[in-house]
Amino acid sequence: MFNSYTENTLEYDEKLCINCRMCSTVCPHGVFSGGADKARLVNKKSCMECGACQLNCPTGAITVESGVGCAYAMMWSALTGKKEVTCGCDDDAGSCCAPTTTQLFKSER
Amino acid sequence: MVFNDTGYSIKTTTGKLTYGNRFDHILARLGYKRSKHSVEPGLYAIGTPAQDSPVFVSASYTLSFDALRSALSGTDAYILVLDTKGINVWCAAGKGTFGTDELVHRIESTGLKNIITHRTLIVPQLGATGISAHKVRTRSGFRVEYGPVHASDLPEYMKTRKATPGMRRVRFTLRDRITLIPVELFFVPLPFIIAVVIISLLGGLMTAAAVVTAILAGIVLFPILLPWIPTKDFSTKGFIIGALSAFPFAIWAFNTTHDASLLLRYGSALVYMLAMPSITAFFALNFTGSTTFTSVTGVRREIYAHVPTMASMLVTALTLVVVLVILRYGGM
Ligand code: SF4
Ligand code: SF4
Repeated sequence: MFNSYTENTLEYDEKLCINCRMCSTVCPHGVFSGGADKARLVNKKSCMECGACQLNCPTGAITVESGVGCAYAMMWSALTGKKEVTCGCDDDAGSCCAPTTTQLFKSER
Repeated sequence: MVFNDTGYSIKTTTGKLTYGNRFDHILARLGYKRSKHSVEPGLYAIGTPAQDSPVFVSASYTLSFDALRSALSGTDAYILVLDTKGINVWCAAGKGTFGTDELVHRIESTGLKNIITHRTLIVPQLGATGISAHKVRTRSGFRVEYGPVHASDLPEYMKTRKATPGMRRVRFTLRDRITLIPVELFFVPLPFIIAVVIISLLGGLMTAAAVVTAILAGIVLFPILLPWIPTKDFSTKGFIIGALSAFPFAIWAFNTTHDASLLLRYGSALVYMLAMPSITAFFALNFTGSTTFTSVTGVRREIYAHVPTMASMLVTALTLVVVLVILRYGGM
């Protein structure tokens, strides 16, 4: 069966971890879990590549190519040759997948 | 607006949402004048906060700010609104406007250090995509504490200052998905609407109805049924729903052409079975932008795997139409 979402770019180098627990705190998909002396990568395939863990890891133990997984924006940027893929939140972007969409969770708080 | 003895300006707000606020939320969700739904950046007082009251960070988007202040109703606190150009926390964090630089700048410009004695900021968890806690600490001296994903969990969170695993997860419930539908409908690209008009002029009402059905299947039916369709990729889910909704049209086409040759009858039915699923799948694929669990890597793979199929199905359908018309009226 087709499943495009089994792989992603998340990499975790356990040796660098100082167990600050930031990654398991910020991840909205429970990808990391706090271990006894190291963070544990428990659910890699749920990663949506948001980049929060990488940004908040003080030792650079995590790398991920972050971006917005939005088909409309990606196809549009491929067609127009624009590098930057951002999803829908521009004021002028009635275009992209949902200026819209996002609002529920993406707007809470 | 009040000026306290430190000379910095603090705006005031309440935890109460008025009917006007709620109406404004509906407009905001529908995307109406989106840039108008913003809150002025700066420091706000809710209740009567003191020097040791907590400070919550929010975006300058009305829905974000209002969700926060209504969750804080009845508490004394400060709200630090970052300038996100009227965009919600998650989107702005992805873009970096809800980010380390803006937070450090806003701490300075509001004179926060002189207003409170502690050095802790409670930032919404989804803001972590734009904010680097350890960098904020070295640059401003403030410790970033990530609160729950949803503002509505704040009262519970504040009792222990610990988030349960549930508070740390984004949810994507049936209700969440249904809320998105009107907004998605609002943004059906104009070319599609023009195409429907042209098709109904050329091919008759039933053809236009088929196109509208295919689009609605992708925008309305797909998000509702999302977790229950038995494939993983959005496109394949879309193909399935599209095929199901195309079936009645195919039968109709087969039956109404009963005076024609069998080849022609099967041909007309096939046109619906090819064109409609490809349209539905395309809209289904675009729903990836509305979810909170699709990665760039996955979506890219999906595009490569399925968009060519969608395109060739549509082209085949259109070619078939031309062939069928020639067969029928070409006297063969
Ligand atoms: S954020 Fe980095 S250092 Fe901290 S627990 Fe996670 S991997 Fe370890
Ligand atoms: S990139 Fe985002 S979803 Fe993936 S592990 Fe890091 S925080 Fe979690």
